[in-house]
Amino acid sequence: MSTKTKLLAIVAASVAASSLVAEEMTIVSWGGAYSKSQLRAYHEPYSEKSGVTIINDDSSAEAVAKLRAMNEAGNVTWDVVDVVAADAIRLCDEGLAMEIDADTQLAAAPDGTSASDDFGDLLVSDCFIPQIVYSTTFGYRTDLVGDTPPSNICDVFDLEAYPGKRSLEKRAINNMEWALLCDGVAKDDVYSVLETPEGQDQALAKLDTIKDSVVWWSAGADTPQLLADGEVIMGSTYNGRLFSVIEEQKQPVAMLWDAQVFDLDGWIIPTGLSEERKARALDYIMFATDTQRLADQAKYISYGPARKSSAPLVGKHADLGIDMAPHMPTDPENAKNTFLYNYEFWADYRDDIETKFQAWLAK
Amino acid sequence: MAALTPISRKPLSLVLPTAGAFGALLGLFVGTANGSGFTGVVIGALFVAVMGAFFILVLKNEKLAKWISILGIGALGLWFAGIPGAVIGLLAGWFYHWLIYWLYEGRYRARLLPYLTSGQVLWHYTFRVICGAIFVFLITPILVVMPLSFNAEDFFTFTPEMLRFEAEGYSLKHYRDFFSNNEWQRSFKNSLIIAPIATVISVSLGTLAAIGLSQSHVPFRRAIMAILISPMIVPLIISATGMFFFYSDIGNWLEGTLGLPKTFVGYVKVVLAHAVLGIPFVIITVTATLVGFDHSLTRAAANMGANPVTTFFKVQMPLILPGVISGGLFAFITSFDEVVVVLFVGSASQKTLPWQMFTGLREQISPTILAVATILVALSIALLTVVELLRRRSEKLRGLSPA
Repeated sequence: MSTKTKLLAIVAASVAASSLVAEEMTIVSWGGAYSKSQLRAYHEPYSEKSGVTIINDDSSAEAVAKLRAMNEAGNVTWDVVDVVAADAIRLCDEGLAMEIDADTQLAAAPDGTSASDDFGDLLVSDCFIPQIVYSTTFGYRTDLVGDTPPSNICDVFDLEAYPGKRSLEKRAINNMEWALLCDGVAKDDVYSVLETPEGQDQALAKLDTIKDSVVWWSAGADTPQLLADGEVIMGSTYNGRLFSVIEEQKQPVAMLWDAQVFDLDGWIIPTGLSEERKARALDYIMFATDTQRLADQAKYISYGPARKSSAPLVGKHADLGIDMAPHMPTDPENAKNTFLYNYEFWADYRDDIETKFQAWLAK
Repeated sequence: MAALTPISRKPLSLVLPTAGAFGALLGLFVGTANGSGFTGVVIGALFVAVMGAFFILVLKNEKLAKWISILGIGALGLWFAGIPGAVIGLLAGWFYHWLIYWLYEGRYRARLLPYLTSGQVLWHYTFRVICGAIFVFLITPILVVMPLSFNAEDFFTFTPEMLRFEAEGYSLKHYRDFFSNNEWQRSFKNSLIIAPIATVISVSLGTLAAIGLSQSHVPFRRAIMAILISPMIVPLIISATGMFFFYSDIGNWLEGTLGLPKTFVGYVKVVLAHAVLGIPFVIITVTATLVGFDHSLTRAAANMGANPVTTFFKVQMPLILPGVISGGLFAFITSFDEVVVVLFVGSASQKTLPWQMFTGLREQISPTILAVATILVALSIALLTVVELLRRRSEKLRGLSPA
């Protein structure tokens, strides 16, 4: 027993000692290739500069629920959290995220343009510091779709020309818009139609036509796996995941950019941090969202930087050496027909439509 | 059951249909893979039945039949599905040859008692086949993981290169990733810190509780027992939610009032939570061992002047050690495998291996998870073997026969 006690004491002491030496901060993100790009573009240079050890927590998917629980328990363990804009808006409304003044707390562009002008319209919430523009779009197996590859979003709904399984996200957002678009609704009218119960039924009826051929996904990694397996012939996911499948993993997959839906992803700082931790988080944000850092991230993953001043600095992929610009969702060649995630609409209708969608799914 | 039963040759009316039925089974798989399961069944049944008839009626040479069967079906497999098909074909050829002669020569009765009826003989073998099927059912999911972990691609897919047994289809890169990736290394280290400490706590507390509860004079024994093993019965997600709020308060107090560092408090919280989960296992196994413990031994020790502590370590502990060790193993595995509670109670600096595997599976389906799983399976087998060997050795030393 005494050796065990000694061992215990040694382990406890070494744990305590190691935590005393280094300053630490916990940054929450999405995991996978995305976290890796942040690690290389932001975390590593920041740690080198400041000596702070950064611990990565891949919990962004449940960020809202966890932040609520942490806040209730009075024990917020996260310092900076990467969330999509819609979640940032919710967190801001609930008082779980700190308000940021873009002009004083974020770095100005190298030419002196203030941060609020540099980010422009992308500052969709007072608490949200945009980082990237990404899109949800389709990829297809080039070897399984016949001689004429799909080029139009409505090819997803065309079982005759493209028989086989397709994967769609297990939620209403995006799927409802695509369904209406392919049921003859004009692009400008999509949201006014989707407001009405009839419009929602129309979208679900359109989705009904392919329901038997759909594999529903919930994590961004699902569609790449399904495409690599050949289990589906086309599927929606985030464009960066598809880039990785095509260029890094060399799978026989190509992009269908048509009707891609743009969305924003960025940082929030939780409320309830101690002064010392808050100062550290703000210091990190100031560093990680400056013009050069945002452009650097595009070297590792094909998401567009949120600052206008970063766009000209986007160069080649760090490992593959290919030009990143043509792989950006914002590239003119890819952005011929696009949607912007409608934050206001979905903030108002999300609960209703989502309930209806899930009920339809369970039928 | 030595070979007492005289064996005799069986009629073809028994041999050919039975062999044909097994042929149909393989035919079903081959047929389904090539488009039509039904055709496969018919061809498979006919093929094996005709082969049996040929061996028995025409060839009449078992050695030669063996090689014809192995090489013939092996070549067929090669023709259908390349090298992996050939491997399966060689095995199948050996099996069908063996089956045909096993039935024809009546060898299946050789090891059985002579007076068994045909029904009993049939059941004897059906029972074994069912047992085998259950083993396959239990083990296959674990075995599938192992070859996939040597995949050269970043997906959970048996690539065509892998199926053709080509070297470029395989690689150790997922193992390299595990050993070089900081996230994996940190979570592995955390698991190795948290699980042993939690085990030591659960074993000490659980053993003491079990010994106390085995005394007849303790009031409300059953109620106390029920409360102590409740963490095992309550759904984990509910314990986890409760623990989250409970340990948050404790953590705030330790950090705020005592001024302990945040990371250290994080470890304390996870270790305590895992110890709570492990205690029921220790209590149950130790209580079970104590049932066979002779309490007159402790009285005898007391009679000779030993105090209770000496009695415990010198008399009682050695006798209940097997129960304590197996309880400790369960507690260790509980902590080492646990993902729900640590997701709630821990923060990212206490990320354990199962947590990392869980997020890895959710956010990025990377075969590194499979490599880790394979390493863990190997480690568990090694650990259990070592413990079992130690147990046998100590029993031999103490002159007890292995139970």
